Amino acid sequence: MNTSIENRKLSIVCKNLTKQFGDFRAVDGISFEVEEGEIFGFLGANGAGKTTAMRILCGLSYPTSGEATVAGFDVYRQQEKIKRNIGYMSQKFSLYDNLTILENIEFYGGVYGVSRPEIRSRSNELITTLGLEKEAKKLVGELPLGWKQKLAFSVAIFHRPKIVFLDEPTGGVDPVTRRQFWDMIYEASANGITVFVTTHYMDEAEYCNRISVMVDGRVEALDTPARLKQRFHTDTMDEVFYQLARGAKRQSD
Amino acid sequence: MSSVSVKNLVKTYGDVKAVNDISFEVQKGELFGLIGPDGAGKTSVFRILTTLLLADSGTATVEGLDVVNDYREIRNIVGYMPGRFSLYQDLTVEENLRFFATVFGTAIEENYELIRDIYEQIKPFSKRRAGKLSGGMKQKLALCCALIHKPVVLFLDEPTTGVDVVSRKEFWEMLGKLKKQGITIVVSTPYMDEATLCDRIALIQNGRIMSIDTPDHIVQSFPKPLFAAKADNIYSLLQDLRSDTGVESCYPFGEYLHLTLKEDDADALSVMRIAGRNHPEGLEVKIVPPTIEDCFIQLMEKA
Repeated sequence: MNTSIENRKLSIVCKNLTKQFGDFRAVDGISFEVEEGEIFGFLGANGAGKTTAMRILCGLSYPTSGEATVAGFDVYRQQEKIKRNIGYMSQKFSLYDNLTILENIEFYGGVYGVSRPEIRSRSNELITTLGLEKEAKKLVGELPLGWKQKLAFSVAIFHRPKIVFLDEPTGGVDPVTRRQFWDMIYEASANGITVFVTTHYMDEAEYCNRISVMVDGRVEALDTPARLKQRFHTDTMDEVFYQLARGAKRQSD
Repeated sequence: MSSVSVKNLVKTYGDVKAVNDISFEVQKGELFGLIGPDGAGKTSVFRILTTLLLADSGTATVEGLDVVNDYREIRNIVGYMPGRFSLYQDLTVEENLRFFATVFGTAIEENYELIRDIYEQIKPFSKRRAGKLSGGMKQKLALCCALIHKPVVLFLDEPTTGVDVVSRKEFWEMLGKLKKQGITIVVSTPYMDEATLCDRIALIQNGRIMSIDTPDHIVQSFPKPLFAAKADNIYSLLQDLRSDTGVESCYPFGEYLHLTLKEDDADALSVMRIAGRNHPEGLEVKIVPPTIEDCFIQLMEKA
């Protein structure tokens, strides 16, 4: 970890993080901290700046100003170290359809520098846990979406990263599989992996330890789901989100 | 006569039965929802009904017209908004709209009343290229283009997927207004909470319809009392409940866990007894009305 803060171990720290494109402030001075092992929901309307912020935190884009560290590494100077210490998965991109399950695991494990014997033993273990013994040599493209997403998550944490970033991981997935997916998230968090997740399903926001809601580039609210509902005098997260986001001026994506 | 009639429709791709013997009817002026996850077969049904795909077997009619023999007539009277944004990215908002109007042999001005409410919202950007619009605006433009020839039936394939809660709400308000004008609407969505906004819905999974009825009736036919439980440590409560032999099913649902017991006439006390076994802190149990999502899960587990 970086420095100072007693007891609490921080996994992500943002201070006044800003990203400017021309005269447009996509991310406008956001500050927050995420603790190790926390499940942190990163919500916001389309165009609020979530993707831009997430790209910075994944070491894929430089901020214009402000500070941020991810797993103790600086987003300006240590992008490569950040990439080695995080996992990433999204609804849009996860695995290679024309590689088999085993080949995908091998590929990602290799890219992240996991040793060959480790890859072998861990992938056997993974395939048994997921109950995919029969499918191990099948192309990923042949798997149903729900399976693919669960496998993609397992692959994203295969190299045992400190943090995993999940960008709408459950979009379009059936309600039963969606919940099995969250079981896996809970388990990862119980094993000390920090989970940073975006979603459009408001019931999933409730599964997070804390959530932040971005509106027009700023973090407008950050707290536990229960306290946010209290603060906005409502019993659904839908309504919390609605109250915060309907004031948005921005329309862009 | 029904507006849309589907009988024993089957469509296979290789070994996959995308649509597996599906039948349903949509009445004139009805707002009908196909509710199900990706891969359930929704898009194939839409493409068959809009005459863009041939079924392997089974029949379907739209306004009494056969999807195979009368495909030309059908194309003139339906509006279709595909799941993927399919407008011309390098035409402006106005050019897209004019293009679609012209193709259907009409003019924007002729049916402007129908799209007025929606189009006014994107009018300030009428000179902007469609590719440069935000998700919410693209969706509104696509809806305008699907409406500009004043269709009798409107097919909307996942119009709200990936769209935030605020825009989703606005979109459904627009659909409500279109319904008032007598347009029959068939819409699909993976968001179970949107099901309650439809007159009737079909819950669809793996190419089959699991249930078809009004949202109220579907909810009422949930076979057992449904309970919600929570405790300070919700994950360990979930594990406790799942390992209990008296519990039939238990899954996270927002802030609570939802569960049913194996005995048929359980009450909150019996749940309290099971959930309280390991004395979790902050335990709360109550009986709750099932949602469409609970019904969907129950039907999936039964299958």
